[in-house]
This record gives sequence, structure tokens and C-alpha cells, in this order.
Amino acid sequence: MIKARALARRFDTPAGPVEAVRGVDLDIAAGELVGFLGPNGAGKTTTLRMLTTLLRPTQGSAVVAGCDLRADPVGVRRRIGYVAQGGGTGPDYPVDTELRMQARFYGLPPAQAASRAAELAEWFDLTDLMALPTAALSGGQRRRLDLAMGLVHRPAVLFLDEPTAGLDPHSRANLWERIRDLRADLGTTVFLTTHYLDEADVLCDRVLVIDQGRIVAQGSPDDLKRQVSGDTVVLTSAQAAAAAEVAGRLPGAHQVSVADTAVRFHVPAGDTALPTLLRELDQAEVELTSVQVHRPTLDDVFRALTGRSLGQD
Amino acid sequence: MRLVSDTWLVFLRSINQVIRNPLSILIGMAQPALYLVLFGPMLTSLAGVAGFPAGSGWQVYVPGLLVQLALMGSGMAGFTVLPDIHTGVAERIRVTPLSRSALLLGRVGQQVAVFTAQAVVLVLAGVLFGLRAPVGGVLLGVLLAVLLSSALAAASFSIALRLPNEYLFAPVSTLLTLLLLLLSGALLPLDLAPGWLRALAAANPVSHVVDAERALFLGHLVSSRTLVGTLVTVALVALCWLWGIRTFRREHR
Repeated sequence: MIKARALARRFDTPAGPVEAVRGVDLDIAAGELVGFLGPNGAGKTTTLRMLTTLLRPTQGSAVVAGCDLRADPVGVRRRIGYVAQGGGTGPDYPVDTELRMQARFYGLPPAQAASRAAELAEWFDLTDLMALPTAALSGGQRRRLDLAMGLVHRPAVLFLDEPTAGLDPHSRANLWERIRDLRADLGTTVFLTTHYLDEADVLCDRVLVIDQGRIVAQGSPDDLKRQVSGDTVVLTSAQAAAAAEVAGRLPGAHQVSVADTAVRFHVPAGDTALPTLLRELDQAEVELTSVQVHRPTLDDVFRALTGRSLGQD
Repeated sequence: MRLVSDTWLVFLRSINQVIRNPLSILIGMAQPALYLVLFGPMLTSLAGVAGFPAGSGWQVYVPGLLVQLALMGSGMAGFTVLPDIHTGVAERIRVTPLSRSALLLGRVGQQVAVFTAQAVVLVLAGVLFGLRAPVGGVLLGVLLAVLLSSALAAASFSIALRLPNEYLFAPVSTLLTLLLLLLSGALLPLDLAPGWLRALAAANPVSHVVDAERALFLGHLVSSRTLVGTLVTVALVALCWLWGIRTFRREHR
């Protein structure tokens, strides 16, 4: 659905050229829900703006929804939906007017535009708000309207730039659910950018980690965490030294440390290592008081790849 | 044709704003109306003074006011794209398949619609004050002013989108319109001006439009002044529209 090769964008600023995106390759299949994770300024939005025809790439090529970005930008525009970080509705325009006009911009005749607007309002719980100016909506309501605006023409691909930035936890969860439903009910391919770890983790099938204009890692959230540092296992036992010795023999175990009665070590996959560990400890007649497996967070992944935390700018 | 239907859609969205705020049309007219009431009577007493052009004072002043209205109204059209840039509306619309030319032309259409309404009211108000002029000439005069307003609106949108930041738009557009206005002879006929000022004004395309407007209001439908002013206006329309379309095609803020 999205295929990009060596996509790059340079900006000429008074301070000299800035390489915002330095050669990004993307392969996103139909129906995937993919997240672009990176700190502010990593090149997420620039990449998205190239894929949505808002910015011309300085290098590279891309095919989006079957249309070449350079040769057929209008074809791309017909087939994609785009929801910018700040939305894009006129504050004093009524919700209904904005939805219907947006549908007409995509070529729907007036009657069909009106029924599509009503249908989307229903889907996004906006029916009672149709006559209000968009400025009167709450943050969560406006975000739902923004999503609806991006879907008036039933696009094959929906691009979302930081879809839940600035929303309260309840509205975020609600929006995540709607994005998942969208994929399940309509089969829409969703490509979103986020700098929220939990959003990438909970929502996305696949995460592309971008830093300084390059993709530095990709995979499912679980794969990413596994490939970087593995899981941390913490067990407590009165025979800590003996337990540490057994743990050290597990395949792939490393960084084994003992502190008082606690033994801490890393293994590539804690969930599959645990049964073996328990059996071996039993055979060595080491008694355990407790055992815990900690999955790494995507922040650990980012830290391992770049040496910085995602929260730092 | 898609350009036409796309232009119509962009026009509809832009005019929606005006329809919901009808007061904005009246407020936009306040300035020229004030000139008509508070400045016009002084000018009419000048009629007959040596060097003052032919016709009654109102026949000289109302056509000038039409051009002034175009400058003060459509010349400031760029202000209406600035909020659309802020709110992301401009960007959202640029991701739709709408023709880029339609993004300009639909907005120009909205400005022209508002201007036409204001121009008609202004001329009728002029009649109340004592304007007497041949109907055909007045109608052609309004048409010429409408064309000028479309060129000024396109130029104003281009300036708003091309300036590096929005805070520059107010001073730049005010300066430009004031310069075009003072050197057009719309306020006081240039026949009263010294030679150097007239030479400067001759370089201002808008002064030729004002000349043509005054000729039309005297009923001179075919005269060298009418011809030159019309050609200048058509050239302005072509250049400003092309510039505007180029502006809307490129990436901008």
C-alpha cells in the first residue's frame, strides 16, 4: 500500500541546509496499522508530509495506494486521507458544513455528501454536535471530527500525524479503539506518527523507529523489545548465589548480578526461559521466594539504539 | 470541466463565511462610504476650478471611489488566508484532489462577489448624493472595477502566501495599497498634480484604470483613455492570476 525508496528531504534554511529525512525505505502492506515512532524533530512529520503530497521529496521515490508520488500526486490525493496534528477545520464553520464540504471536495455529489456526513457523524458520535461551530467542540470531539474529515471519501490509506497529542487519557483510549475499529471494519491501512511509547506499543502492529532522519529499527513492538535488550528476570531466593549460577547457564543469559537475596539477569525471551529456569532450579534444589519477568519498554529500545531517551529533545 | 466545478466548491466554502457574517460586507464598505459622505462634498465644490477634469464633481469622484474600494477591499484579501493557514484548513484542503488553480480562483470569486455587491451599493449611494451619469458607462465602469478587484485579490493572496511570516502581511499590503492609491488619482484628480507626480502616477497601472473609469462615467465608451485603461486592466488580471496560480501550485507555509 505504501512503498518508498530512499525518500529524502532537505530544507534550505538561513543557517544552511538541513537534512530532515535522509533516505527512508518503507514497505507497508494493505490493512497494516503502522506507527512511526521517534522524538520531536526526528523527521516523522516531514516523511508524512512527503507521502501525502504536501512536500516534494528532494530525493527518492514512493508509490502510495498504487499511485506514484511524483508522477501522479492527484491520484495519491484521491486515495488517501490525512489528519494533521492540529486538525484542519474552520473554527466558526458548523461541523455539518465542514463534513459535507470536505466530501464534496472529494467529488461526492451534494446528496451523497450529506448522507456520508451523517453516516460519519453517527460513527464518531458527533450527530448531536452537527449544528455547532467546530470551535465549540471539546478536544476529544474535535479529534473525532478530524478523523471523520479524513475518511469522507473512504480512503485506502489514512495518515495520522500525532493523533492523540494533547488528549486526556479517556479520549486517547476512545480514539485508539476507533482507529482499531476502522481497520477491522473497513480494512483501512493506517500510518501514524507518534512520540508516545504507549501509543506505538498498544495500537500498532508494527513500529518504525526513526531518529535524525533515518529508520533505525522496525518490527512489532514485542520483536523490537526482544531484539534489543531482551527481558529482565528478577528472582529472590535464600540461596541467591546458587540461583545465580543456575540462571547463568540459561541459553542467552547475560549480565547476571546478585544483590542480597535478589538475582537479576537478562535473557532474550523471558517468557520462554522461565519454565527451563524453574526446572533447573528445582533439580539443583534451590528454593525460590519469587520470580518476575520485566519486558523492556520501547524507550529501552530507543535508548539502546540511539543512546538517548525518547523524552529528550 | 473539473476546474470550473472545483472553483465553484472553493467559492462556496469561502462565501459561506461571508453569508454567516453579513456585517463584514457592511463594515468593508464603511470606509468608502465615509469618503463619499465626508470627503466627496469638498471635492464637488472644486468642480469648475482650473485644471479640474470635465463632468460634475460626483462624476469624477465616484469612479475614483470604486477603484479605492477595490484597493482597500480586494487588496487586503490576503488577510482571509492567514487564519486558514493557522487552523490547518489550507493544508487540509491541499491534500484533497481539488485543482490548485481552483484554490486561487474560488477565493478570488468570493472577493469579486463581495466587491460587486459593495460597488453596486456605492454607485446607488452616489446617485442619492447627486451623481448623474450615463447608465451604460456606469455599468461598464463597475465591470472594469470588478476585473481590477479580481487582479488585486489574486495578488494579495500571493503576497500573503509568499511572505516569510504573517506579521509582514499587514505592513506590506498597507504600504502597497496606499502607494497604488496615492499615485492613482482616485482621491484627487492628477490633473491638479505637478509634473513629476504625474510622471510617477503614469507608471502606476491603477492610474490608467482610474482614467478609464472617469471616461466611462462621462459616457465615453470608446476613447483612448477607456481603451488604455481596459488593456491595462486585462493585462493586470492576466499577470496577477498567473502569479496567483503559480503561488498556489508551489509548496508554501
